[in-house]
Amino acid sequence: MVSAVPTSRRLSTEDLERARLVAERVCDPELPVLTLADLGVLRDVAVEAGRVVVTITPTYSGCPALDAMRADLRSGLAAEGFPDVEVRTALHPAWTTDWISEEGRRKLAEHGIAPPARLGPRAAGPVPLRLEPPSATVRCPRCGSADTVELSRFGATACKALRRCQDCREPFEHVKEI
Amino acid sequence: MSWDNAYESLTEEHDVSGHWAFGTGFADALAGVGHDVPADVDRAELAAYCVMLGDDALVFAQRLSEWCSNAPELEEDVALANIALDLLGQARMLLTRAGEVDPTVRPAAAPEHVPDEDALAYFRDERAFRNVRMVEQEPGDFAETVARLLVFGCWRLALFERLAGSRDPVLSAIAAKGVKELAYHRDHAAQWALRLGDGTEFSRERMRAGLDRVWPFVAELFTPHPVETRLAEAGVAVDPAELRSTVDDVLDRVLVAAGLPRPETPALPAAAGLAGRHGVHTEPMGYLLAEMQHIARSHPAAVW
Repeated sequence: MVSAVPTSRRLSTEDLERARLVAERVCDPELPVLTLADLGVLRDVAVEAGRVVVTITPTYSGCPALDAMRADLRSGLAAEGFPDVEVRTALHPAWTTDWISEEGRRKLAEHGIAPPARLGPRAAGPVPLRLEPPSATVRCPRCGSADTVELSRFGATACKALRRCQDCREPFEHVKEI
Repeated sequence: MSWDNAYESLTEEHDVSGHWAFGTGFADALAGVGHDVPADVDRAELAAYCVMLGDDALVFAQRLSEWCSNAPELEEDVALANIALDLLGQARMLLTRAGEVDPTVRPAAAPEHVPDEDALAYFRDERAFRNVRMVEQEPGDFAETVARLLVFGCWRLALFERLAGSRDPVLSAIAAKGVKELAYHRDHAAQWALRLGDGTEFSRERMRAGLDRVWPFVAELFTPHPVETRLAEAGVAVDPAELRSTVDDVLDRVLVAAGLPRPETPALPAAAGLAGRHGVHTEPMGYLLAEMQHIARSHPAAVW
């Protein structure tokens, strides 16, 4: 294992910047077109007592990819000379699709997955009951048509819904707003 | 990375991007999360409360996952499996929290290498489970599952919305996260109740009958256990009795929109005052546990 930065050495600001870049480049195991930074699950990269501390947050409570993310962060950083890494999980504040970056949204659309709409801050009070599928326009990532329908609110992974374009007739995935 | 046979990879500690599939090598559902407990909170009671809410989610997740490959359409297989996965995730965090704040909740029968969440899920006997009896019932037909998911979703959402204000930082964070998921679950069930209730005569009748079968288990959801009452007074838990009007309001709106009558089937009584929160369950619970636990118990040395 490469270990260009001995753990005994104090990590400099430059080391921290380099570690941050490495962590930001790690890809999401389930949406590999996005990095953890694009997805907004990478919350912080810091240096504490000579070790790199990375903080991530799960997208959903049952997200099975979280352990894979931890392992990928550790191995990615180890390969770049940071053998001493702690990955912390922050449950609060809860992840929201609003944290997916502009770059992330562009990459999703490019790969045929419709990005989520912006939710903005949630209004106070109980979550309103929705008896109709959401009316917000979701454009077909293939032909750009706004005439699309929801086939199922639950897709191949917890974070995606399944839709179909009424114009080009192609089904596509949509990262649903949460 | 290579192994002599495919099975070796299942038990290897492989950190260097050697994971062969998600879901293996789970260490701790709360890995890296702060572990503080407010100083004046009774740890044994907090753990007991986490077990209650964790068991509700765990047992319902087990029941919902029975639909996978059996639902009326493929999309519904996926939807119910996703909902089950969300609940399982909530259960993992809650059971892990229980083991963390009070190690004595860990069943003595569990082998040492098994993490707390698995020890609690696989090595407790029926009487140690604290879930409400509603979630252990057999799925019934699709309409009955929709009815159960609707009631449970409305109730747990109302509970978690309040629990997000808990003085226990971990419970608060689990609840705030769960609210977003539960809103999707409730709305999914509500939309199906509407579609079936306001559909054909046949679908309406099935939906009505499903609600009738679920209704006897509703009263228990709002009956507080002494642990819930005490922790609610301490600002840690939610007194379920306070949820009744909120839940009724949402359910009534769904029933009216779907043209369905409010069920009148009488509540299933507790056994000498004892029900799910005390570990007293109905007959389907034993069969559910037999299926859920038998592999872990038959192979106690197994690692996954």
